[in-house]
Amino acid sequence: MPEADNTTGLMARWKALPTDSVPKTVFVAVSLCLFCSMVVSAAAVSLRPTQEANKLIDKQKNILQVAGLYEDGINVPEAFARFEPRVVELATGTYTDQFDAASFDDRAAVSDPELSHALSEDPAGLGRQSDYSVVYLLKDEAGDLDKVILPISGYGLWSTLYGFIALEEDGNSIFGLQFYDHAETPGLGAEVDNPRWKAMWPGKALRDEAGDLKITVAKGVPSPDMADHHIDALAGATLTSVGVDNLVKFWMGEGGFAPYLDNLKSGDL
Amino acid sequence: MAQTRRTYLVDPLVDNNPITLQVLGICSALAVTSSLSVSFVMALAVTFVTAFASMFISMLRHHIPSSIRIIVQMVIIASLVILVDQVLKAYLYDISKTLSVFVGLIITNCIVMGRAEAFAMKNPPIDSFIDGVGNGLGYGLILMLVGFFRELFGAGTLFGITVLPTVNNGGWYVPNGMLLLPPSAFFIIGLIIWAFRSWKPEQVEEREFQIQHIEEAH
Repeated sequence: MPEADNTTGLMARWKALPTDSVPKTVFVAVSLCLFCSMVVSAAAVSLRPTQEANKLIDKQKNILQVAGLYEDGINVPEAFARFEPRVVELATGTYTDQFDAASFDDRAAVSDPELSHALSEDPAGLGRQSDYSVVYLLKDEAGDLDKVILPISGYGLWSTLYGFIALEEDGNSIFGLQFYDHAETPGLGAEVDNPRWKAMWPGKALRDEAGDLKITVAKGVPSPDMADHHIDALAGATLTSVGVDNLVKFWMGEGGFAPYLDNLKSGDL
Repeated sequence: MAQTRRTYLVDPLVDNNPITLQVLGICSALAVTSSLSVSFVMALAVTFVTAFASMFISMLRHHIPSSIRIIVQMVIIASLVILVDQVLKAYLYDISKTLSVFVGLIITNCIVMGRAEAFAMKNPPIDSFIDGVGNGLGYGLILMLVGFFRELFGAGTLFGITVLPTVNNGGWYVPNGMLLLPPSAFFIIGLIIWAFRSWKPEQVEEREFQIQHIEEAH
């Protein structure tokens, strides 16, 4: 502290106050809080656009990965331009133009009572389900539907797994499956990210010829009629595997995308 | 003076390491060390926060009323942590996703508070800054050491590059899954402390009590 001089000016009196006095304590607290909040909010505001862009690119990257179009170093937004996002009303399985598909956030919609409903039958452990969901259509050069990417989610062992499933244009054959957000046990449940496990999905069919949902994640060797629908469970991750089994069955079933996929197949859309 | 500044920087690396000697900052050392690249970013973030928090607190040390000094320190530390978190989210998105809450939890990292309270409140800014860098690096050194063992033997990779090809990916190495779980860091940190204290016996704490040998009654 500089020594106080004997002038009676306001500044001098202020300086003479001990650091521990109430006015100085309040002054330090207020000015420090003001300064820090300005720094923090300036950083938050100025970096927001970059952060939002990162989130979007991350999501687009996952969609590209599940569609098998991602390679290291590609321009993600450019590659993603081939996809056409559409909002689907799950109950009817039809497209709706009520929302802007590019910005509609189905994960946020789950907590909006206007846009979601509580699940009475809830094998995937979701609690609530959004009434609408964004699907991504990949078209080939001729403009015909090539693949459709559907968002899926459900509870594993520790966490809700969020991911995408890519289906061929028939809406039945699986092209790929990928989770982009989960907190399963590293080395065990987190092996859902292992390329070798994910490689078992392509070519599997959701339904048999009779139209029954047969896709299953389970241990062991399947019976011959299940060979097209069976994915071997992860070793040492029974509960995560059961979770994936439940969530795929749920989202591909009547409560999920089944009405939409029916419409897709019959060409009603 | 130059000599002391050097000790401020070098001392916390081994002789006065915040993790192995003071056993501070263990929580984040357990949580983020499952891969080297994440440990590295965490180490950088903590070094940055400790260094600048110490410096700013030291600059203000004559004006911080003792009744609210802990809160003032927290405000400065918290602001720096939020800054780091925002920058990571903007420029290192993938790593910030893995670090998730642990960047925010640097606020509660005992090392940052410990240096602010024990050193920065009593020493000039540049010394405090160097002390902060030293302690951050000491923390980072252990983090990298733990991360090295956990990633190598838990996943067979280093910085994400395959060193030991694992069975799951068609190689020969059966990874030790436990090393990917936080408790394994306990064992590794314990072993590191053991190694350090065998190397430098003066680090061994004195016993707080002696077990008494009572002569057997006949």
